Amino acid sequence: MSAIFEVRNLKRSFGGLAVTNDVSLAMAPGDRVALIGPNGAGKTTFINLVTGNLKPDSGKVRIGGEDITRVKAIGRVRRGLVRSFQVTRLFQDMTPAEHVALAVLQRDGRAGRLFGNYLAMPEVMAEVGDLIGKLGLRDQMHRHVREIAYGQQRLLEIAVALALKPRVLLLDEPAAGVPQSDTGRIEQALADLPPNLAVLMIEHDMDLVFRFAKRVIVLAAGTIIFDGSPSDVTKDPRVREAYLGSYANAGHDA
Amino acid sequence: MTMATVNDTLAAARGNRRKLGRDLAGLSVILALAVVGYLLFPDNLALLTRMTAIALLVLSLDLVTGYCGVATLGHAALFGTGAYAAGIAAVHFGITDPLLMLACGIFGGIVAGLLCGMVILRAHGLPQLVLSIALIHLFHEFSNKASSWTGGSDGLAGIAPDPLIGLFAFDLWGRTAYVFGIVLLAVVFTLLRLVVRSPFGMLCRGIKEDPIRIRAMGASPKVTLVKMYMISGAVAGAGGALNAISTQVVGLDSLSFTLSAESLVMLVLGGTGSLFGALTGTIVFMFFEDIVSAANPFHWLTMVGALLIAVVLFAPKGLYGTIAAAAIRWREARR
Ligand SMILES: Nc1ncnc2c1ncn2[C@@H]1O[C@H](COP(=O)(O)OP(=O)(O)OP(=O)(O)O)[C@@H](O)[C@H]1O
Ligand SMILES: [Mg+2]
Repeated sequence: MSAIFEVRNLKRSFGGLAVTNDVSLAMAPGDRVALIGPNGAGKTTFINLVTGNLKPDSGKVRIGGEDITRVKAIGRVRRGLVRSFQVTRLFQDMTPAEHVALAVLQRDGRAGRLFGNYLAMPEVMAEVGDLIGKLGLRDQMHRHVREIAYGQQRLLEIAVALALKPRVLLLDEPAAGVPQSDTGRIEQALADLPPNLAVLMIEHDMDLVFRFAKRVIVLAAGTIIFDGSPSDVTKDPRVREAYLGSYANAGHDA
Repeated sequence: MTMATVNDTLAAARGNRRKLGRDLAGLSVILALAVVGYLLFPDNLALLTRMTAIALLVLSLDLVTGYCGVATLGHAALFGTGAYAAGIAAVHFGITDPLLMLACGIFGGIVAGLLCGMVILRAHGLPQLVLSIALIHLFHEFSNKASSWTGGSDGLAGIAPDPLIGLFAFDLWGRTAYVFGIVLLAVVFTLLRLVVRSPFGMLCRGIKEDPIRIRAMGASPKVTLVKMYMISGAVAGAGGALNAISTQVVGLDSLSFTLSAESLVMLVLGGTGSLFGALTGTIVFMFFEDIVSAANPFHWLTMVGALLIAVVLFAPKGLYGTIAAAAIRWREARR
């Protein structure tokens, strides 16, 4: 199986602190990987580096075999490397339908069109309705984002990412801040992701991780300390140590 | 189609029709106001025409400031370039057909928009504002120095436009110019209503709120904003050309910091981020200025200042924005 997404020896430090320290990994289409690690381990930084939101000090990133280390963030999205955000970044005065429509139009290179309205484009509306329906947002479709619940905003964040038809999807804590009652919806959405999509999900909720992932990567202090099957992860002494250390420092929400 | 999709399509169509209704209402209001203005002030059509030209400038400013969040105190650069382009075409190149002059003004505005956009969009916030101020001073100084083309501080005089479409001469009372201006404003307004609602308009709203999000969708905020600046330039340039055609002179004041600042004041007065707001602000400001400066030539600026402070403090969404918000609340309360 050839890798759709590959990272080699990625490094980045902030003021002498190595936040990403020689990280390498590869993913194949259809992979379901969970990236876990204590708070401040450098998980979000890793996503920022590979998506081009941050510049690495060294290392390489490839997508579909193409070296994209020098490609800007926008170019990476257009090549199918799409992320979601740990804290939702949505437009408060727009509706879910507008968000998804904008993503669909952008993906098809039509977001710059000066005339016409997506509401009057049946093929766009069909796709928007379809995606929104899949994520259970149909009732909120034409409401402003600021009026809808946070759990639903998290779902919309996923819908926007999916509308871009990614080849590799990086989800930064999709269930963070979602009330327990709503996590089921998100889990269902994760289970329904296109089968050949490569997904890397950062998550703290271990139940969710174990149900979702076939492979778990543990990051601690910027270094990968474990990369293997979910059943082995809790037995690994280094992982235990990393989490114990962080529990001792950071309390319980690690 | 499933039932749900049918419902969505119906809802969408309803939404569309409502917006179309508002477009038509807006257009009728413009035309009605134009008629009222003509009947009330038949001797002062020059003022009304100038108001129309400035309205185009304020609309143009609203596109970049209200819709895209760009901070600028130099937007008259686009207006003035349009005015000079139309004037220079007439005086130096003998292009005296008003529609061709308008085209020259629009083109000049687009070029100025591209230039200003590329400079101003390099910075954000306060540095952006400072860049825009520097730019308008450069434009002003340049046209002052290039006096063989622009007439310098004497202004560019001797603009003599041909009759409009060969039929309507630009008369002494300014009737032709007035009608020309109103038609121009109505056309521009209608086109802009379509643009702000298009996918491009949606993209701009998104950039104003969160450019990082837009980038994560694979769209370039920079390219989009430069494009908006060029559209804005076309609109301001049309306003400049209208001013050149109707007054038959172009002065340095059309390319000034003062005009830039005033247009921002008008926009804030009416309400940013809405085309109706831009129009409201222009009309109220210019009438207020006209009336108050006639009644009390020494203190009229004080009174304009007081009006502005009152609006900013008590109606921060601007006159139109506040009324529109109240109307929405009223409608929802009735439901
Ligand atoms: N732009 C930056 N400048 C300086 N330090 C940074 C920057 N971004 C992140 N860091 C530091 O890098 C470390 C890793 O941060 P990061 O957000 O990647 O952690 P994380 O694993 O995502 O944590 P969490 O689970 O809390 O989301 C932290 O110590 C953080 O303070
Ligand atoms: Mg994080």
